[in-house]
Parts: sequence; C-alpha cells; structure tokens
Amino acid sequence: MADENFSELLTLSSSGLYCPAGDFYIDPWRPVKRAVITHAHSDHARAGSEQYLAAASSEKLLRVRLGHDINLLAVSYGEIVTLNGVRVSLHPAGHILGSSQIRLEYRGRIAVVTGDYKLGADSTTESFAPIPCNLLVTESTFGLPVFHWPRSEIVFSEINDWWRANQSEGKTSVIYGYSVGKAQRILAGLDRSVGPIYCHGAVHVGNQAYLESGIDLPPSERISDIEATRGKQIDWHRGIVIAPPSAHGTPWLRRFGAISTAMASGWMAIRGTRRRRAMDRGFVLSDHVDWPELLSTIHQCKPEAIWVTHGFSSIVARYLSECGWNAKPLKTQFVGESSDGGELETAADEAVKTVKPESVEG
Amino acid sequence: MRDFCLLYQAIDQTTKTNEKVEVMQHYFARAKPADAAWAVYFLSGQKLKRLINTAKLRIWASEEANIPLWLLEETYEWVGDLGETLAAVIADSDADVQGSLCDWVEEKLLPLASMSDHEQQAAVKNYWKQMTSVQRFVLNKLITGSFRIGVSQRLLTRAIASVAKLSVESVAHRLMGNWSPTPQFYSDLIDPTKQSVANYLPYPFCLANPIESSVEQLGQSDDYLVEWKWDGIRAQVIKRDDELYIWSRGEERIEDRFPELVNLREDLPNGTVLDGEILAFKDGRPLAFAELQRRIGRKTIGKKLMADVPVEFVAFDCLEYDGEDIRQHPLSQRRERLQTIVEQASQAAIQVSPTIVASNWDGLEAMRQQCRQYEAEGLMLKPYSSTYAVGRTRGAWWKWKIDPYTIDAVLTAAQRGHGRRASMYTDYTFSLWDNGRLVTFAKAYSGLTDSEMRQVDQFVRQNTLDRFGPVRTVEPLLVMELAFENLQASKRHKSGVAVRFPRILRWRHDKKPEQANTLDELRRLAT
Repeated sequence: MADENFSELLTLSSSGLYCPAGDFYIDPWRPVKRAVITHAHSDHARAGSEQYLAAASSEKLLRVRLGHDINLLAVSYGEIVTLNGVRVSLHPAGHILGSSQIRLEYRGRIAVVTGDYKLGADSTTESFAPIPCNLLVTESTFGLPVFHWPRSEIVFSEINDWWRANQSEGKTSVIYGYSVGKAQRILAGLDRSVGPIYCHGAVHVGNQAYLESGIDLPPSERISDIEATRGKQIDWHRGIVIAPPSAHGTPWLRRFGAISTAMASGWMAIRGTRRRRAMDRGFVLSDHVDWPELLSTIHQCKPEAIWVTHGFSSIVARYLSECGWNAKPLKTQFVGESSDGGELETAADEAVKTVKPESVEG
Repeated sequence: MRDFCLLYQAIDQTTKTNEKVEVMQHYFARAKPADAAWAVYFLSGQKLKRLINTAKLRIWASEEANIPLWLLEETYEWVGDLGETLAAVIADSDADVQGSLCDWVEEKLLPLASMSDHEQQAAVKNYWKQMTSVQRFVLNKLITGSFRIGVSQRLLTRAIASVAKLSVESVAHRLMGNWSPTPQFYSDLIDPTKQSVANYLPYPFCLANPIESSVEQLGQSDDYLVEWKWDGIRAQVIKRDDELYIWSRGEERIEDRFPELVNLREDLPNGTVLDGEILAFKDGRPLAFAELQRRIGRKTIGKKLMADVPVEFVAFDCLEYDGEDIRQHPLSQRRERLQTIVEQASQAAIQVSPTIVASNWDGLEAMRQQCRQYEAEGLMLKPYSSTYAVGRTRGAWWKWKIDPYTIDAVLTAAQRGHGRRASMYTDYTFSLWDNGRLVTFAKAYSGLTDSEMRQVDQFVRQNTLDRFGPVRTVEPLLVMELAFENLQASKRHKSGVAVRFPRILRWRHDKKPEQANTLDELRRLAT
C-alpha cells in the first residue's frame, strides 16, 4: 500500500501499519521494537513487542492483557511525544476505556489512525472528537448503510424492561457482551433498582481495571465470590448476569435455573445475524461508528486521503471515491477480505479468552 | 398496523412455541375482525399478489437513503433479505405508523397495483416516512409478497382456537381451502355456535412422524396396517352434492390438472371423502416422481403427456362415508369403507393402496429394503385402532423410510444464504470426479451445524477462486458426505443425473478431495 504522498508518514507492512519516519508500528500483529496501541482489545494489542506507547487511561487494561511487566510508555490524551522527529499524540476514540486515535505529524503532514471508535454516548469512556488531518485511516466494521444505531438510552431502557419482564417470569437474565468495554458499558446502563447485578469472572477482571482507572461503575457481584460465601443454593432469578459471549450454551449457565439470554452488539441490528445467535433477545449496542457517524467523521476531518480498514473496506472506499474523496481499502490481517464484517466482533469475542482465568467457574 | 408489526416483532423475537401462541392470543383477543382476518391471512402464509416489482423499490429506497444503487445491492447481498435492507437503509425518524392493518392493506397497499409508476413511487416513499424501521420491514414484506413468519399453521390454529374457545380440529377445518380475509370470515371462524363448513372444504390432513428408534418399540407388527410410503402428490378427493373437488396438501384445488380423475365424479357416491396419493402409474407400475413432476405445474395437459405419464389415485383412507364424518372411527373400519367405495368405482383411475403383509418386523424390514422397486420411499405404519388425526400427531401414523443413498462429494462452489443464514456462505454446490475432472452434480443447503457453517463460511472466503455474481468457486478441498432419496437420468443436469432431496450428512474431515466418489459410482447406486 504505497502512497507517494504519505510514504514517510504511514505505510502498510507485513506486520501492520508502520511509520517509516518514526520507525514504529500502530497495532502491529507481530512483535516489533516499538508499538503504538489504539486500545486494549486483543486484535489490536498483541503481546511480545519491546516497547509500547498507549493512552494513560488504557494502562490498567493493557497490563491485564499483555502482562504487568510490559515496557509501556503511558501518555495523556493530547500530550505530544516526538519519535525520531515524528510528533505523536493520542486522542480519545470513544470505543472503550483508554481507546485512542493516533495522530502523527511529520514535516507539516498529519495522519490520523482512528482505531476502533464510536460517537454515541458512553459514560465509561472519554468521548471521540474528530481531528482534522491530511490522511485518515478509518475502521469500517459497520460500514454499510443499513447500520443506524438507536440512541443508547433507548437501548438501555429496552434492556431494563427485558430484565424486569424476565424477573416477573422467574427467569434469570443473562446478557452477553465482550468482557472489556461492552460489559462495563452495559453495567453502567443497568437500572440498579431492578435487582442485583452479577458478573462472570472475565467481566469482573475488566470491571476491576475500569474501577482502578477511576471509572464509576454500579456495584456488581462476582458469581464465584457469591457462591464461595453462600454456597450453591442461590436464587438468581431477580438478578441480571453479564457474561462474555463464549459462555453461551455452556454448562456454566446451569446454576442460574431458568434463563433468558440476550446479546448486546451492533450485529443485532440485522435479523439474520441476530437469529443465528439463537438468543432470546438481541440489543443493538455497538462500540463502533454506524454509517452516518462514519460519514460525518470524514466530513469533519476533511482528509486529502482516506484508507479504509477493518470491515467493509472495499465497499466504503468505493463509495467515498464516488463522492469525490481519495479513498482506498487497506487489507488487514484480521479479515480474509473486505466485505466480511461478520467475523470482526467475533475476533473481539475471542479476546475474552485471553483474560479468562476462570471461564468455567466464572 | 402498529399492533400487527408488534405481533410480528414479538413472534420474531422468540423461538419458544408457547410464547408465540401467547402473543398471537393477545393480538387476536384485541383485534377487530377486519384486522384479525388479514392477520390470519398473512400468518397462515398467504400473500398479496406482488404489487410492485422489487427493481423499482430498490431504486426508490436508494434515493431515500441517498446512496447509489450498487451500494444498496452490495448491502443487500450481505444482509441477505431485501425487505430488511430496503427498510434499514432509510434513517429512522420519530414517525410511528397510524391506521389499522385492514385500512393499510385495502386502502393503501392493494390500490398500488393499479397506480402509475409515478404515483406508486410517491405513495411508497410517503408510507416509508410514516414508519419505524421494523414497520417498514413488515410493509416491504407485504408489498413484495414475501411476508414470512416463524409460526406454523398448527400454532396459529391453536391461538385462534383458544381465543374462540373452539377445538383445534374445528378451527383447522374452517381454515382449509380458499377464503377471503373479510370481517365476516373472521367472525364465522371464531363463532362457537356455527356448525357446518362449506361443502368443498377438505379435512385437515393427518401427517406421519418418522420412526426415531427401532420399530420393535411400536409393539406387535400385526397391530399395524402397513403400506408403501408413496412419493407422489398427497391429495384428498371429495364428492359432495354431485361435485368433485381434489385438494393437494398445500390446499390447492387440483382437479383440473388430472383429467384422468374426473370420472371419479360419476363413480363416487355423494358424501365421500378419500385420502390418498396421486401417482404416475403406467402398465400396473408406479413411475418415478421425476415423471410425475412433468405434470405438476402444468395447467393444460397435452395428449402426449397424458399418454406418457398417466396418473392414478392410490387411496389409503376414507374420511367421510355416506355424508358422515368417520375420522373418529378406527382405521380398520375406515379401510372397509374405502374398499367398498373403490370396488364400486369401476371406471375411474383409482385403486386402494396395497397392504403389505409380513409375519413380523423382520419380514417388513425385508420389504422396506425392496421399496425402491416400487418407487416408494419406505413403509407407512398405521395402528388399525387409530383415528384420523389432525396434523402431525404423535402415535398416529409412522413413516419408516428407507435409508438414503449416500456419496462423498467435493465442495466446489458456494453462495450466500437467506434468512437465518443471510450473509454467510451456506448454499453449497458439490461435485464428483469424472475422468480426472470434477463435475457439478448437486446443491445442498442443510445438514451442517451452525459452528460447521461458520467454519465453511471462513473457508469459502479464504479459498475463493473466482466470483460469478453471488456465486464463488472455491478450491476443491472439502469433502462432505451427501444423502439423497433417489436418482434419475437427466438431460438438464451437467452430470446427466438428477438427485432428489440432497442434503449434507456429515463433513468428512478424514477424506481428501481425491478420495471423493466418481460420477460412475453415483450412477451405479441406482442399479
């Protein structure tokens, strides 16, 4: 992916996005000397690099993921670090706690790598703000015009209503979301007056990192802790359980008796993917931009060039080109091809497994 | 309309049959007869004639969404459902639909058919603006005649029966055949005081359950009436008030398609209803289903076709005798009645389905193994003491099918699925070896688990050789064992062979593509 205008600033190498002038990588998929990390999900933050640079608010999560002894330079949002003459700064991406857009400036040219990002309200993460730039590298996980997110208040009131209805039918509510990011966003949106909130062990680990980072979350109880103190005979049905998607369909769920299951994800906007999950409910709650948000971001950044990655890159790049933007798709390692959005959030599902000290015991 | 959309959503959101019945009861208990009639119409799978062609809808939706048409098409390809795609590309406002289902259908949708393009466009775009995304989805489905919902006729019948405080059987009977979704129809449907049904209506068909374990668990073999399981067109023949009606299981009137059977009008006494199978029958032998298929779907039957593929009605049950509903009489008695009627019908192309006799289950098993010689799919087992049940009632009729043919084939192409499988490559094309080349011979859509489907989907994406529209050819690497019911020489198929009901039995991880079977081996299966 050589682009003459930006060849010093950013190229795509076999290890991922690379800044030749600064000699560092962004979210490399192989161990490298210096890695700038957009956020702590495992398809972006990979172990084994000699040095990491990431947002200070992502430090707890990154150390949980990558090990406590990683060599990490944690910087505040907006703080400029100069690497071999390239001015690097991190800015909120709104995706999860500590998620960043990476801004690179070299010889008056500015590139911004969004990482994963969203514009919708989320009290557990800093809000995204667009950054004017010459080159924008944007994700396109939900880059099709069928994706229009409902407002999160509406989604949370649906979730709380569902919880109440389950309670009245004597069923325990089980809602699935990735253990880092989505789970905490769900937790923060639950109505505590409805009943107790329980968390799977993997989610609990994520919660701790959020709390230690100073994010306010409603109190919740770790399932294994409750069982350790109160034994196995517990009536769960008034409560709601937050668990990673990998817990679905496992024997771990048996303890809850009658359950109603739900998935919280942007993919739930599509009937086919919703039904394929075989859950009782699907709530449309995404930590990525939807179609209008993607377009509005581009309009606000006004880049000369756009590289589209992670998701429907070919389709989005073609559309943007027709609208007069200089856009092209960027192939990444994570997807076999650009038109396959279906597996991306699954990749993040898998991330759960790297933090599961107890996915079975919960 | 809003309530109907909520009903749709509630049904769509649950996989539990009891919940589906509950939400339908809730709807019917409150709906006005005019709306309820249309709801019954749509829930029982009936459709409006397509009012607008979808090419126009695609253009209008892309205009409303402010996107180019190709983007809409790409999006549709990924979503896998046109009505949903058209509904979802338009951004939601705070609009919420007003007006009743009946008004929408009769005053807004049906008139679309007689409008000019321009008027249609203005009307449809205006309707879209008045709705939420889910409501637009339902509307699009109604307009395009592709409304489908996850409730069986049985569940719908149960819900109506409980609201009307009627038996499931009587509601099922009243729902048979053709009716118009009028308020009067619905009021009659739920009226407990109403006794009779129209004389042309068939009874609900009794359906068989497959034998899941061993036949020995059914008890003594001589308690059962045993017949071939015919592979034809299941039909009910009705003679009432000097008229003859023949209904297919799909509840279509089909007497016009089979001129051979019109003699039954003279030969059957009034007040007769027979159940059986229409088979292509020549020189005393049934012909393969593929032959009968040549007659299906043809409204006019030429002399040549009639001579090549004559049909007979092979009757196996009598539901009404001398004007009396005898479905509650034991099968042994009903068979005697049937015998009497058929013996009197000397002119017509009708016979009683032969009874198969063996001294025990082993003897029947031996007969079952020979069923293909009679173009049958196995045996039917019916207790002599059983009544004629409504629908697929357990313990009434059993089908004991022959094991299917199986063959190992190579996956060579794939296409995206629809509905639950939308956006994944789940529709597969399989090939067999022929002189060192792979030749396409069958398509199969079902049989893999969800997790296997995801793996194959990934495989297809990573091993695509070429793309032809929605179809991708892939590296010939995966071997699957396919099952099918029958095979027949065919000029329309590249392989020269047509297989019936192909489906995937299992993924042969243990086999390499070169170990898959050949076309020759396929042809030899039939001999």
